Amino acid sequence: MGTTASQLPKDSLSEYQELTFLTKQEILLAHRRFTELLGRDERNHPNPRVPMQVILTLPELKSNPFKTRICQVFSTSEDKDGSLTFEDFLDLLSAFSDSATLEIKSHYAFRIFDFDDDGTLDHSDLEKLVNCLTGETEDTRLTSEEMRQLINNILDESDIDKDGTVNLSEFQHVISRSPDFVSSFKIVL
Amino acid sequence: RRGRRKTTKTQDNKGRGKKSGRAVSKKEKEERHLCTFFSSGSSSSSSADSDEESLSEGEIAALKEQVEEKKKLIATLRNKPWRMKKRLLLLKEAQDFVEKFEGALGKGKGRRLYAFKVMMTKKLIKFNRDFENFKTACIPWERKIKEVESHFGSSVASYFLFLRWMYGLNLVLFGFMFGLVVIPEVLMGLPYGSIPRKTVPRDEEDSAMDFSVLLDFGGYCKYSVLFYGFYNNDRSIGVLQFKLPLSYLLTSVGIFGYSLLVVIRTMARNANEGGDGGDEGEFIFSWKMFTSWDYLIGNPETADNKYASITTSFKESIVDEQENQKDENIHLRRFLRVFANFLILCSLGGSGYLIYFVVKRSQDFAKMDPKTLTWFENNEVEFVMSLLGLVCPPLFETIAELEDYHPRIALKWQLGRIFALFLGNLYTFLFALFDEVNGKLETEKSIKNATEWALHEYYANYSSFYNTTNVPPPNVAPADVIRGPCWETAVGREFVKLTVSDVQVTFLTILVGDFLRAFIVRFLNYCWCWDLEAGFPSYGEFDISGNVLGLVFNQGMIWMGAFYAPGLVGINVLRLLTSMYYQSWAVMACNVPHERVFKASRSNNFYMGMLLLVLFLSLLPVVYSMMTLSPSFDCGPFSGQEKMYDVVIDTIQAMPAFIGNIFTYVSNPGLIMPAILLMILAIYYLNTVSKAYQQANTDLKKKMQMARDDEKNRRNNQDSTNQVMKDLEDLLPNKSLAPPPVAEEKPLGTTKPGTAGKGVEVQKEESLSAPNPRRPVTRAPGPRGGPPGNMRSPQPEAGRGRGQGR
Repeated sequence: MGTTASQLPKDSLSEYQELTFLTKQEILLAHRRFTELLGRDERNHPNPRVPMQVILTLPELKSNPFKTRICQVFSTSEDKDGSLTFEDFLDLLSAFSDSATLEIKSHYAFRIFDFDDDGTLDHSDLEKLVNCLTGETEDTRLTSEEMRQLINNILDESDIDKDGTVNLSEFQHVISRSPDFVSSFKIVL
Repeated sequence: RRGRRKTTKTQDNKGRGKKSGRAVSKKEKEERHLCTFFSSGSSSSSSADSDEESLSEGEIAALKEQVEEKKKLIATLRNKPWRMKKRLLLLKEAQDFVEKFEGALGKGKGRRLYAFKVMMTKKLIKFNRDFENFKTACIPWERKIKEVESHFGSSVASYFLFLRWMYGLNLVLFGFMFGLVVIPEVLMGLPYGSIPRKTVPRDEEDSAMDFSVLLDFGGYCKYSVLFYGFYNNDRSIGVLQFKLPLSYLLTSVGIFGYSLLVVIRTMARNANEGGDGGDEGEFIFSWKMFTSWDYLIGNPETADNKYASITTSFKESIVDEQENQKDENIHLRRFLRVFANFLILCSLGGSGYLIYFVVKRSQDFAKMDPKTLTWFENNEVEFVMSLLGLVCPPLFETIAELEDYHPRIALKWQLGRIFALFLGNLYTFLFALFDEVNGKLETEKSIKNATEWALHEYYANYSSFYNTTNVPPPNVAPADVIRGPCWETAVGREFVKLTVSDVQVTFLTILVGDFLRAFIVRFLNYCWCWDLEAGFPSYGEFDISGNVLGLVFNQGMIWMGAFYAPGLVGINVLRLLTSMYYQSWAVMACNVPHERVFKASRSNNFYMGMLLLVLFLSLLPVVYSMMTLSPSFDCGPFSGQEKMYDVVIDTIQAMPAFIGNIFTYVSNPGLIMPAILLMILAIYYLNTVSKAYQQANTDLKKKMQMARDDEKNRRNNQDSTNQVMKDLEDLLPNKSLAPPPVAEEKPLGTTKPGTAGKGVEVQKEESLSAPNPRRPVTRAPGPRGGPPGNMRSPQPEAGRGRGQGR
């Protein structure tokens, strides 16, 4: 299984340690898990890219309601298909790691919640967010009346300049006060 | 000296091999880089030295600044939300720059030193990183906790993290106690059997090895290093002249000091992460929305539970907002609450009295012959205390149903009441114990008198019989000497027995309450009339708060007992170790994830706060006994002294005179009072400053809001000829109208109408993979036409249409 091509070169390892919040063991573990996801033939590819469907089979992501958004946010593919290279994967793990700072986490959280990628969280984004959080089945969904009220309450609380959307600084302002955010926004392999 | 070569940046930085460049000798590299710099920069000149002079001071300073900047960039690169590729590029660029010009900066005589310093800094950074990696690798049980986390979410896992933290703390305390007290006594002190305090008395000898006696920590256990009584009071022992009594006292105090330090440091760290504790009610909905999902969940069942609980909590909060008009019978509710509190106070008082009664009875039992007592009567105290700890919390919960509080408030009340229960029990136990101690002190006086009288008689007889004044000491075997009651060992034994029985009860409860229950539910379900798994009793949920409180109080008992029984800390370490494995097995095998998940936010600091309180409360009895009670006359390291702290005073007096003077001055009330006053003033000042910051915060927020309002007003005041546009904009506050995209690829421009002057314009086109770091917010999206499957849930309206305004 471990051919030299699929092992991480030492200087890349030290550079990744410099550039991410991960420790050496975590990077090596990530590399191992990533290569397990690759097909046989892709292993010798210089910069392999794992399609989104395969990434979503990871147990850490499988039950996450935002799994597709996460893949899309961290993906660097030109086709915007959510596929990840190893470096994207490291970026993902670094942002979700235990030692990542609040700024990085809140930045990425904002991008994940921004379903239409327009740089602000507007009514539709918030609605999609609520629907993600309340699950798939009908009995756990909120009625449209409840939804409207909920989103109004949220905008009341976080929209400081009262323009109807939550931008990054407002989001970070809300998040920085939350005691649970940093500890819940974590994914560990 | 090398010739002038036009070396380029990539010379020894091919590919990613930047770090391998270090192997080249520093001087060589320096020279090469110097030449590079000067050949590419300043005017040509033949010797390196004259080139150096042509670098002016200002240039050197500017260069230094740039190098520092690059270094800072390298250090903070991981905190930038850029893609890895871009960061790699920047890293290489910055590293090249630093590498290249660092050599140039050190000139003349200072060059070697500077180069040396640079090299040492690099080595230090690398060493730090390796050390961090090593430390992370050393942390035990990471896999286990992660498994629990992914199944049960972070609230259950927080208990295990707390347990692991306690284990670390106890390990350090054990190291102190063991290394500074137990080991010296074992290695350098007198062995077992040499002096009376270290020997089992004659009348206890034949039962000393009995298993039941050993289990009760009597017999050989009682006269071992585990307990206070074993230690000898020689001022210094062994070859190294180790001052054991002083070390004993200082270690016991040091244990409290170290624990205090660690708890406060952890609290401060938690407080930093959690932000200020101020506005709890300010962002309820936003937090629910943005922070309620637990990304560590990896189990579909847990995820389903989480969905359900999130939905419930949303619905509840929405309903809560409207609930204020609830027209309920306030008087009935108030009456019920008062009644419930009264009931609970009664039960607390009842449990306190029961414990007192039982301890008194155990004192009577102690006077009787141990062989006539049953096991139950022997261990009555511990049994009753554990029973109370098991029975009362569910009782409180049932009574609390009368009160009809919001569940989170009810949880807080419950925690407070259990805390009061444990505290009351512990303190009643202590009071009863100290009553016993006083009784023992009385007996001791009479025994002491008896021994002294016997000795006096012996000397008198001897000198009168043999007619000499040189009387050898009485030749009595250590086991036959009359012993005092040694109250410290008795107290230590009580604490050890209490801890052990607490452990047993906890383990038994888990075995019966969780494992047996799960077993029955699983296997009886096949042949039972109703669904055992869904209805009663179903599988148990992990009781986080009960377990954490148990842990906190166990630690309190350890702190109290460590002075009287140095071995107690070791016992606790073993207990925590087994607890970790046992409980993590039990929770994975027998428990199900919580249905209603209540994040008692900041619960981490809440538990730490309780630990701090318990620390202070357990400090009190130890300090009291140290200061007021006199030590036993024939056992322990302080025997023969008036008070236990005499040994410190003697040591200070033995030191050179000026140190003694310093201590006298420092302990002068005239110095201590102003110091206390100063500290009070400092607290007041810091409090005022923090309030001022909070006020500044609110002011800034108001200012922000006013600024936006101002701009909106300004815009509205502008004569907008395009009334239709303005009307439409007013209707759609969150999207400005942009022309619909011409093709798939053209991104939409979206700006807020409130943004000053921007109006409606199409943003710069940027792709997701390389966002412009300076404008993270205004990134335009990529092409819209993602497959509908990308959206997690199907939308009632067309996905594409949303972004273009409603």
